[in-house]
Amino acid sequence: MLKKKKFKSESVIVHLVLIVLCVICIVPFLLVFMSSITEEKTLLMNGYSFFPEAYSLYSYTYIFTGNGSTILHGYFVSFFITIVGTAASIVMTLLFAYPLSRKDLPARNIFAFFVFFTMLFRGGLVPSYMMWTQIFSIKNSYAALIIPNLLMNAFYIIMMRTYFSSTIPVELIEAAQIDGGTEGKILWKVIAPLSKPMIATLGFMTALGYWNDWMNGLYYVTKDSFYSIQNILNRMLMDIQYLTSAAATQMGNAAELAASLPSTGIRMSVAVVGLIPILVIYPFFQKYLIKGIMIGGVKG
Amino acid sequence: MKQTTKKKTKKLKRYIPLYFMLIPGTIYLIINNYIPMAGLVLAFKKFNYQDGMWKSPWNGLKNFKFLFTGNDAMIIIRNTIGYNLVFIVFGTALAITVAILLNAVMSQRAKKAYQTLILIPYLISIVIVSYIGFAFMSQESGFLNKSVFTENPIQWYATPKLWPFILIFIHLWKNFGYNSIIYYATIIGIDPTLFEAAEIDGASKWQQILHITLPSLKTTIITLTLLSIGRIFYSDFGLFYQVPMNSGLLLDVTNTIDTYVYRALLTMNDVGRSSAAGFLQSILGFIIVWLTNQLVKKVDKDNALF
Repeated sequence: MLKKKKFKSESVIVHLVLIVLCVICIVPFLLVFMSSITEEKTLLMNGYSFFPEAYSLYSYTYIFTGNGSTILHGYFVSFFITIVGTAASIVMTLLFAYPLSRKDLPARNIFAFFVFFTMLFRGGLVPSYMMWTQIFSIKNSYAALIIPNLLMNAFYIIMMRTYFSSTIPVELIEAAQIDGGTEGKILWKVIAPLSKPMIATLGFMTALGYWNDWMNGLYYVTKDSFYSIQNILNRMLMDIQYLTSAAATQMGNAAELAASLPSTGIRMSVAVVGLIPILVIYPFFQKYLIKGIMIGGVKG
Repeated sequence: MKQTTKKKTKKLKRYIPLYFMLIPGTIYLIINNYIPMAGLVLAFKKFNYQDGMWKSPWNGLKNFKFLFTGNDAMIIIRNTIGYNLVFIVFGTALAITVAILLNAVMSQRAKKAYQTLILIPYLISIVIVSYIGFAFMSQESGFLNKSVFTENPIQWYATPKLWPFILIFIHLWKNFGYNSIIYYATIIGIDPTLFEAAEIDGASKWQQILHITLPSLKTTIITLTLLSIGRIFYSDFGLFYQVPMNSGLLLDVTNTIDTYVYRALLTMNDVGRSSAAGFLQSILGFIIVWLTNQLVKKVDKDNALF
């Protein structure tokens, strides 16, 4: 009886600590959300707050009607690069990982090392930037948002290869070969359907990478029409920063910039809008993500 | 003899489709990864846009000399390594604690809920994190100044001494969920009979953690730590650039190699200095990855990277 009680108090503490941690994870989002639905005057007076005095959906109507068309366009750009990029990335990863998983393939280790080495040694920003802008003239294009760095991840190739070689029996491939299946067909009709959980895991992580990416936009995009939602958010933030430093040094065009800047509340609603797709999709992929971290995390 | 070569070519022929599959990825990696590696020679060149990456004239070690005049180089190296070390120590401790707590939860539903929630900060972009930071710390409308420090508001984005704590907190907040799940995966892999035996011997929960759980985590801890050390010259660009709102007043405590390279290249157009800093990052990074991998190999062959 006594032992049971002690056990119970222990588990209460465990739950309590975990609940506190979860609250710390969630509460900051709540502040952003509440701020986005706070009425503008209240916002100016009381600042961002969890319990605003007056509510308003003005900032959302602003975003989704005419005036906020840059934001809507950014949303479109983000969706476009995420869908195209993820699809292309999955195809390329499958194509590369399958031959690597075939233990009978001559020179397989050379290709494996070729992939590995990219994880160990990197050229870094300066040469990459020079190459993409000078040789490939990639600036201001969808390619600039999709191709550099994000299209193939060495680590995902290795995870996929390991999944193939550990879950798909060689006999299955041999049987398909005897039936006259070409390698392409085997990959498409036999391997890929059997690897759905892994494809879901890596697909989700790749999509997350594309949706959240703002660095390619920062490096390679200067035109509004190629700004993703992340880049719009990023630029709004930098403008605020510029404004504070300009106001401090009394620079001339600060007032002009201030007038063009979205109001305090709209900033937060754009952040919410950028966040929502992830939170909507996450519950469906949550188990794949956790599995993916568990399988590959150590080397990730 | 002839027969065997014929057989061999026939055998090789079978693999042609597989090699074809490797072509797109190979081309991509050559362009995206290998050409920039060769481009590191930029660090020894006096770059101009007319001659481009390969034909610009050589410049000896002058770029490095420029890099090391003034305090910048020391500050960015100190910050990059310093923050990473703190992240490793606190991140590991926090992640292990959470993993042990998760394992102590009996209800599967609660366990799943906790796992789901602690991963949310990991999913969002650092730009959104900056907005969250701004909502709390903005000078005029931030929650902290308007609702907590109403008497004497703090100039958050102009007070360098606060930022080491802020950056460490945000890094831990964003990443502890991910790392906790890695450690949790190791814990659920521990042979349950060990715990049962300990229970019979009258070991308390605490003793079980100390004598079974932690020792079982040893290899994971060592491997993860060594891998983090392998990335010690790299930093999360967004965390150090975006979250402090690129504030010049905070540079002393927020400038890392990555933010320095970016600013030198794209705002000051100083290709020489940025390529020299980038070169050091790549080479030192490679050396330390190689060294740590040799160590991982000694500890646990299975977890070695190569």
